[in-house]
Amino acid sequence: MPEMLSLSNDPILFIAVMLAKILAVFVVLLLIVAYATYAERKIIGHMQTRLGPTMTGPLGLLQPIADGLKLFFKEDIIPAQASKVAFILAPMMILVPAFITVAVVPFGGDVVIGGYTVPLQIADLDVGILFILAMEGLGVYGIVLAGWASNNKYSLLGGIRSAAQVISYELAAGLSIVAVFMLAETLSLRGIVEAQSGSMFNWFVFSQPLAFCVFFITSVAEINRVPFDLPEAETELVSGFCTEYSSMKYALFFMAEYANMVVVAAVISTLFLGGPAGPFPGVINLLLKIFFFMFVLIWMRATFPRVRYDQLMFMGWKVFLPLALLNIVITGAVIVL
Amino acid sequence: MATKETMTINMGPQHPSTHGVLQLILELDGETVVKATPHIGFLHRGVEKLAENRSYHKALPLTDRLDYLAPMSNNLGYVLAVEKLLGITHEIPQRAKVVRVMMAELTRIKSHLVWLATHALDIGAMTVFIYCFRERELIMDMYEKLSGARMTSNYFRVGGLSEDLPEGFEQDVKNFIDAMPGHLKTYEGLLTGNAIWQKRTQGVGYISAEDAIDIGLTGPALRASGVDWDLRRDNPYTGYEEYDFEVVTRERGDTFDRYTARLDEMRESCKIIQQCLDRLEDGPILADNPGVCLPPKEKVLNSIEGLIHQFKLVTDGFKPEPGEIYQGIEAPKGELGYYMISDGSANPYRMKVRPPSFVNLQALPQMVEGSLLADVIATIGTLDIVLGEIDR
Repeated sequence: MPEMLSLSNDPILFIAVMLAKILAVFVVLLLIVAYATYAERKIIGHMQTRLGPTMTGPLGLLQPIADGLKLFFKEDIIPAQASKVAFILAPMMILVPAFITVAVVPFGGDVVIGGYTVPLQIADLDVGILFILAMEGLGVYGIVLAGWASNNKYSLLGGIRSAAQVISYELAAGLSIVAVFMLAETLSLRGIVEAQSGSMFNWFVFSQPLAFCVFFITSVAEINRVPFDLPEAETELVSGFCTEYSSMKYALFFMAEYANMVVVAAVISTLFLGGPAGPFPGVINLLLKIFFFMFVLIWMRATFPRVRYDQLMFMGWKVFLPLALLNIVITGAVIVL
Repeated sequence: MATKETMTINMGPQHPSTHGVLQLILELDGETVVKATPHIGFLHRGVEKLAENRSYHKALPLTDRLDYLAPMSNNLGYVLAVEKLLGITHEIPQRAKVVRVMMAELTRIKSHLVWLATHALDIGAMTVFIYCFRERELIMDMYEKLSGARMTSNYFRVGGLSEDLPEGFEQDVKNFIDAMPGHLKTYEGLLTGNAIWQKRTQGVGYISAEDAIDIGLTGPALRASGVDWDLRRDNPYTGYEEYDFEVVTRERGDTFDRYTARLDEMRESCKIIQQCLDRLEDGPILADNPGVCLPPKEKVLNSIEGLIHQFKLVTDGFKPEPGEIYQGIEAPKGELGYYMISDGSANPYRMKVRPPSFVNLQALPQMVEGSLLADVIATIGTLDIVLGEIDR
């Protein structure tokens, strides 16, 4: 195996490769985000005996671009009573953490470029998974800030709901994957993927089904998707934290929602489904897994009613948290035995 | 430092789920509702006053606009009231009566479909919304075939019907009621067994039988609290006593019970419509009462007597004896009553509408106080209010 490419052994190549990787991941992510909106409308449309977008371009394929353009040219309104700096900052604070998270997700095995090994991952942090949890936690500040800065009671309620929701569910999500670390004996995502290599049955979804379920559900709650979309519950809070937003700022919230979906799908695929492992070349396997989870998320949106705030809290603290703890105990016992 | 501050939030009239333009002033402690005050009147059009300046025939189209989700039920209540005022209730031909029952029950299904659609959407189940509107569209098509309008039907007439059923209409109705039980199963499949749906509706918006009676709650909301009261059976009108149907009641009086009660009511309505189809026989559709009913169109176009008859009736109207009556019917949302006073002129002296939504809305503060904000939405949905008839 050749030496790992790093800043010290070939700085120019390293920077070039790094930029190429960042660009590729960013572009792919943006594309998925854009077309996730299209896919959601199409899939839910067909589930509801409608067609979804059909008019913009063939099969309505230009719809995301049309939506983007439309939002871009809309008037950008900042309410007079809003706290201006926080109001402008909030959408960015949601979007940036969502995008950064993808940096630590490995999207393929190692390749050899110019005599050096290059991992197909932007950054292999030793505490990769902690980084992801941290970034997901950071995203909620954007929502709370948006709710508070809008100076609107519905927004405020949405922001508060979101804070409570993310805090409760982050605990359960974090604890549920502790069992995965115990099996993989590392926090690096690269290491976790390696620990699942070999046969398909090495995937942690088979050895940790409970952790998988708990992590999936809590992740859905963390990214505020149906049935846990309380912060923006449109029939209760008008539009929740983003009620007062318009134009590109609103688009940023929208992008963040879909980016978060991609991130959650990618993280679950990496932690439980072997990441890029599978019959096809690495990236395609990962993308397929991501698309599968995104489909499930969209499917859930078409099917489930919304849970109530107190029920959400009850489930977080009294169901998922004990389950995650129990799972750690069981896993520990199995490892020791 | 234990002073508790509450937040007053103004919900509606521009809010996605206040079913039109209901305005609620909510006092919230966190997310818990301390006090709820409905403010109504945003959609006030003065229907009752407008009716006083029109002859009895011409006031009929106003009633479509009360509960615009169940226009034919409003029409039915009005024509029954006027017929009672005129004392011609017994003169209505059999065919007209059967068609009236059939359309009233189709209207009940139509109204309940909108209720289920919006109620489910309020709680977050999007797909049911679209499914219900798909079926409602079929009823709208029938409305259109029958009366030319999808919502403002204006189909019934004092003394009978405006025109006979169009060709193929019975087959449309038959197809619809044959398919409806399957559709109802689909809705139930999406909602009834769903744990989230159960959690969101069971025990929410509870009202006891005593309170329901005290407030004057009627319709499915009353029956879900365990009160066995249905005007179709207990005070029959337009021939309901001849039909065989169950009055659906439930015990617990919560949102879930009102949901299952309405679903079962739709099944019962299908049964009644089937019986109507079986009873439908050829015959006149208007009472033989030239003082009240317009002559047939061919007479108007071909004979001077017919023309004069039509002209007199349209310009002068008919003049009931002075007196006052009350006629209540079991509309989809509850008891819809018309209180009519005649002073002997061609216009009603007073037309007082007792709309079910208006009375049912009174129960809202009691049902939501102490519960969460999300329950307010569920409760507004389960009461099945329409602002068109609340504000009139």
